[in-house]
Amino acid sequence: MSTPSLSWDPIHDVHQLLAFPFMVNALEAGTIVAVLAAVVGWYMVLRRQTFAGHTLALMAFPGGAGAALAGLPGALGYYVSCGAAAVLMGRGRGHGTRGHGGESAAIGTVQTAGLALGFLFLSLYHGVLGGLESLLFGTFLGVSRGQVLTLLIVACVALVLIGVVGRPLLFATVDDQVARAHGVPVRALDIAFMLILGLAVAATSQITGALLVFALLVAPAAGAQALTARPALGLALSIAFAVLVVWLGLGIAYFSIYPVGFFTTTFAFALYLLARLAGAGVRRSRGARSGINGAPRREAGR
Amino acid sequence: MFAHDFVRDAYLAGTCIALACGVCGWFVVLRGQVFAGDALGHVAFVGAIAAAAVGVDERVGLFALTLVLACTMAGLGRRAQADDVTIGVVFSWILGLGVLCIALLSTSAGGGSGVATANTLFGSIFGLSASQAVLAAAVTLAVALCVIVARRPLLLATLDPEIAAVRGVPARLLGVAFLLLLAVLTAEGTQAVGALLLLGLLAAPAGAAHQLTVHPYRGLALSSALAVGATWAGLALSYAISALPPSSAIIGIAAASYVLAGLARRVRAGRAGRRGGTQLGLPAEAGPAAAGPAAAA
Repeated sequence: MSTPSLSWDPIHDVHQLLAFPFMVNALEAGTIVAVLAAVVGWYMVLRRQTFAGHTLALMAFPGGAGAALAGLPGALGYYVSCGAAAVLMGRGRGHGTRGHGGESAAIGTVQTAGLALGFLFLSLYHGVLGGLESLLFGTFLGVSRGQVLTLLIVACVALVLIGVVGRPLLFATVDDQVARAHGVPVRALDIAFMLILGLAVAATSQITGALLVFALLVAPAAGAQALTARPALGLALSIAFAVLVVWLGLGIAYFSIYPVGFFTTTFAFALYLLARLAGAGVRRSRGARSGINGAPRREAGR
Repeated sequence: MFAHDFVRDAYLAGTCIALACGVCGWFVVLRGQVFAGDALGHVAFVGAIAAAAVGVDERVGLFALTLVLACTMAGLGRRAQADDVTIGVVFSWILGLGVLCIALLSTSAGGGSGVATANTLFGSIFGLSASQAVLAAAVTLAVALCVIVARRPLLLATLDPEIAAVRGVPARLLGVAFLLLLAVLTAEGTQAVGALLLLGLLAAPAGAAHQLTVHPYRGLALSSALAVGATWAGLALSYAISALPPSSAIIGIAAASYVLAGLARRVRAGRAGRRGGTQLGLPAEAGPAAAGPAAAA
């Protein structure tokens, strides 16, 4: 079995897929990351913090460069820079100029300042930063056993944290005024969520690369929210979409010469488009049945 | 320092790009479109790579893809303003296509040089040739002039679309036109100084200006002045210290001005709160949305 080729027998194909340990590792890591990204991404889309998620993903660069300069492991630098950016952006939310504009300026400033710091570290380091491309576009097929274990631990921690803060976070997201009146610590939740998002992004980008994190973080969650506004159902749908995207992407990339990143982003994009079309269709038929012609109900987070 | 040609060229292009970024950035922050600007900067690179993969001139692909993305974002969103989720999904897919183009290029014969040329397009500000600097200066100045000419209707359409519609201001058309101008600025500026520096000059000086004043014209002037000042000081600093890359120096100064502006605003708000004796917990400033329409009308 030198070069894998797709046949018409699905059982044979799956057998071929699982023949190499690197592929088993990639599938396991991909599944863990898909579940984590889908859950955290659902909250991120609801809170409209996509730009913040993108910024956290790019913090891989200053983290990696800084760690190389200090002689520390790259993953440590990544988690530290992600955490620092998360705290900065979490504090910027809510105060600053009112409305969306001030917040997006704060995030943009954090992002460019982080990247500029990365370039400074790189220029001080004088060496070549290895694996810059894998930092940006992911290294699916080089995931080791140890990395899978680390991912599993990180994912469990992040999911447990989301489970603890999930209900008040939902409350604070949907109506922060009422939540504050009920004594929910909205400001602390902002920072806590950014830290969880940082964890999830750091884990996801090891699979998809820093640039393609959105394929798993945004698209499945946005697709789920286009279909339903109910939290439990939406979370389940989001997980199902993300796992589907990862499995299809990995499976097809295995039989093809083209990169995994292309397949995962394309499937995620197609799924999102389909979900939006289906969501619009469902709302229209529901509106027609109940006799309401006119504006469809705006669902939360869209 | 100005005896060197490359320093003069860098100052010429840098000043014009910073001016345009300051003017456009003020509106970008007001309209909450920093993410859109960021996406345009990333997509410019994919455009260049895709053009190399097909075998067209890189600049054509770069301009074409940024303009198409600007139109798409304007078309998908309400009020000609795509929401962050749409931007995120579309732009991650385009980056995925970029990965495919890189793979296509590196498997084809002589493709490695295509990636290399695409990379050199995103050069450093100190590496500009004289003709590149003049071209970048002309294009970005034209963008800045367009935005300044359209400032009043654009302001009204941003702050109060309903009143704009009543007065017959084409808010949607203005939104599309503004995104297209932003795309031109991004495509040209990215070639000259890189996507990183461009986003930094769009977001940080404008964010600082918004924190310091709610007056539109004062804000526009302040934002451009901060952007140009950061560029001048950053270039000089980076010339003096060779280990400091110019983009890091410029962005460092711009980000510092943003942080200082935030501190100044908080100090001022605290003082106003003590003087007024209000305990409502409301910010002392009313934000741009409250003061704008009167000034625009």
